[in-house]
Amino acid sequence: MRQLLGGRLFTARAAALGFTPGAEVRVIQNIGRGPMIVTVCGARLALGRGEASKIQVEVL
Amino acid sequence: MNGSQPSCTIALAGQPNVGKSTVFNMLTGQTQYVSNWPGKTCEQKVGVHSGNGTCLRIVDLPGTYSLTASSVEEQLARDYLIQGRPDVVVVILDAVSLERNLYLVAELLNLPAPLVLGLNRMDLAAQQGISVEPHVLQAALGVPVVPVVASRGQGLCELVAAAVEVARNPHAWTPNRPEIRADHRPVLAELERLITVHVPQPYHPAWVALKLLEGDSEITRLMHDRLGEDWTPVHAILIRHEDAFLAVAGGRYEWIGRMVRAAVVRPKPGQVTVTDRLDRVATHPWWGLLVLLGILGLLFWLTYQIGVPLQSWLEVHLVQAGAQWAHGRLHSVSPVLAGLIANGVIGGAGTVLTLLPILAIFFAALGLLEEVGYMARAAYVMDRFMHPMGLHGKSFLPLFLGFGCNVPAVMGTRMIESPKARLITILVTPLVPCTARLSVVALLAPIFFGAQAMWVSWGLVALSLLALAGIGVILHELFLGGEHNAFIMELPLYHLPSLRTVLQGVWQRTVEFLKEAGSIILVVSVILWALSTFPGGEIERSYLAAFGRLLAPLGRLMGLEWQMIVALLTSFIRKENTIPTLAVLYGAGQEGAGLAAVLGGRMVPAAALAFLAVQILFIPCVATVATIRQETGSWGWTALSVGLLLVISLLVGASIYQLSFLAGWGI
Repeated sequence: MRQLLGGRLFTARAAALGFTPGAEVRVIQNIGRGPMIVTVCGARLALGRGEASKIQVEVL
Repeated sequence: MNGSQPSCTIALAGQPNVGKSTVFNMLTGQTQYVSNWPGKTCEQKVGVHSGNGTCLRIVDLPGTYSLTASSVEEQLARDYLIQGRPDVVVVILDAVSLERNLYLVAELLNLPAPLVLGLNRMDLAAQQGISVEPHVLQAALGVPVVPVVASRGQGLCELVAAAVEVARNPHAWTPNRPEIRADHRPVLAELERLITVHVPQPYHPAWVALKLLEGDSEITRLMHDRLGEDWTPVHAILIRHEDAFLAVAGGRYEWIGRMVRAAVVRPKPGQVTVTDRLDRVATHPWWGLLVLLGILGLLFWLTYQIGVPLQSWLEVHLVQAGAQWAHGRLHSVSPVLAGLIANGVIGGAGTVLTLLPILAIFFAALGLLEEVGYMARAAYVMDRFMHPMGLHGKSFLPLFLGFGCNVPAVMGTRMIESPKARLITILVTPLVPCTARLSVVALLAPIFFGAQAMWVSWGLVALSLLALAGIGVILHELFLGGEHNAFIMELPLYHLPSLRTVLQGVWQRTVEFLKEAGSIILVVSVILWALSTFPGGEIERSYLAAFGRLLAPLGRLMGLEWQMIVALLTSFIRKENTIPTLAVLYGAGQEGAGLAAVLGGRMVPAAALAFLAVQILFIPCVATVATIRQETGSWGWTALSVGLLLVISLLVGASIYQLSFLAGWGI
């Protein structure tokens, strides 16, 4: 993960869940327009599309 | 030692899904006391643990990922830790997601209370090939770390002992605290210097400075008020370093990395777990939906197999028998008293009692689904269907339960985290047609519409749901300004449920319902009995009937006679009351057998349609209203909910009548 583009509340929540620069994010499911499922910091999270777009990553 | 006062207070903290509730339940058992945090609708659990000669008070804090002020739960946890001043904080961690759980510990270490860490689910971690060394972790952190398997009750004694030890010697505690990233340390020091004089008790300047740099809204407001003119230099610093939050978070994760490096060994990624396999189906857009519908179908099937028969049994053998007994005994003493006890009190209590089997089954199901970890998947699958209504996936399950009965549906809204979304869900729940409403429609529709009764019934259900969606969207605009709560939801690992926890949950919820909602239901039942009996002794000559006659002009707008209005009023106690009330008022005999003949002639189709529409949309029954009051904690919102439905039902009823009349169904 490279950067979080969001307001303070989003950043705080995302950071507490494990989204920090350098963290590895793995996409588990990404179908259609519904929320996607990723793993980060050892946990599975469902992310809405809007939220996912605020998380900038670097593809490995 | 019975009757001894707790010698110290332990706060139980932890992120969601770590097994904190299991620990709390194991430690406090039946001594748990559930109430609300002062002034809030979030529930507070306090219990007592006695053993080994000690007596401890344990406060279960809401599960939070961090301690920012963004949600009610986090605010509550933080306020309690600062102002409640527990003697020690026991943090429960999940050995499987240790790195993430330590983020909360990093925050907690900035607060004055000493910590003890309970490392839970050591068994699950071992299963997944993750090895954690508690001793190494303890050495790195400088904080006691106790391995625990809460579901089996292992390690809990040691955990309590460690907590008591730390509480007795708070000064012997020397933790290894995380620091903000090096480049920001001078800024933090500067901030602290500027504010240190103005920081009120019981806050600490170092913590306040850190929170200011993080951009915490509550603390920023607090210090802004406190500093007055001196705020300007502080504000300047904060503006210059608006992105400091990442430095704070980064510092925490760097600290976590150091702590965990020696203590944790993870297996290679790519190992497929049971959770992965189950989720391939459970979170699939279409298969997941089928799974969910299957589970819900099972739930309702269970309810009808077990719940409804139990309900009938209770109705006949407890309520009716009780009423008859009371009537027999007291009639000679005073017919009025007999009526009061038999119909008012026992009838009211009966309403509450007969709800219990259904409630118990629903609570057990909800609790089980939550324990197993499936609830999050259900919310995930339904989320995209809920959005057009301005709701979230988590609102689906409570609303769906409303088809069975609105009471557990309203209580089920507790699983919704955002208070506003929860309020909106509670307000629209009564628009879900419950079995009671449907049974009245099912009985009356054939009388008026014969062969088309089924279409009419389905149409009315669709009408209800459309109203629900519409009101949902409107309320969403009003309360949330159309904005959506950030949808980030954790999908916990599936694990075997602890039946003890589930059953304890059922017990707690049921008792809570009896105490809070039950008393309201009883009181209202008695009042309504009085209104429908006095002064004439029969319903036709009662105050209620007089009131109905008074409203007759309003009823005419909908094609309804005063008897129907009174029937609607009596449906406030129980939706099913409409039928017997109509029967009595039209002189058709108690069983309603003659009702078909009588009503068929008295109501034109337009009016019948309007009546059924009003019936299905009418204000919720007293049990639901009482539950809404219990869950919102406010009479204001309860009144709004009742008012909302009253207005909707009357408007729809009137519109349907007038429109159908114009369409030529008035003859």
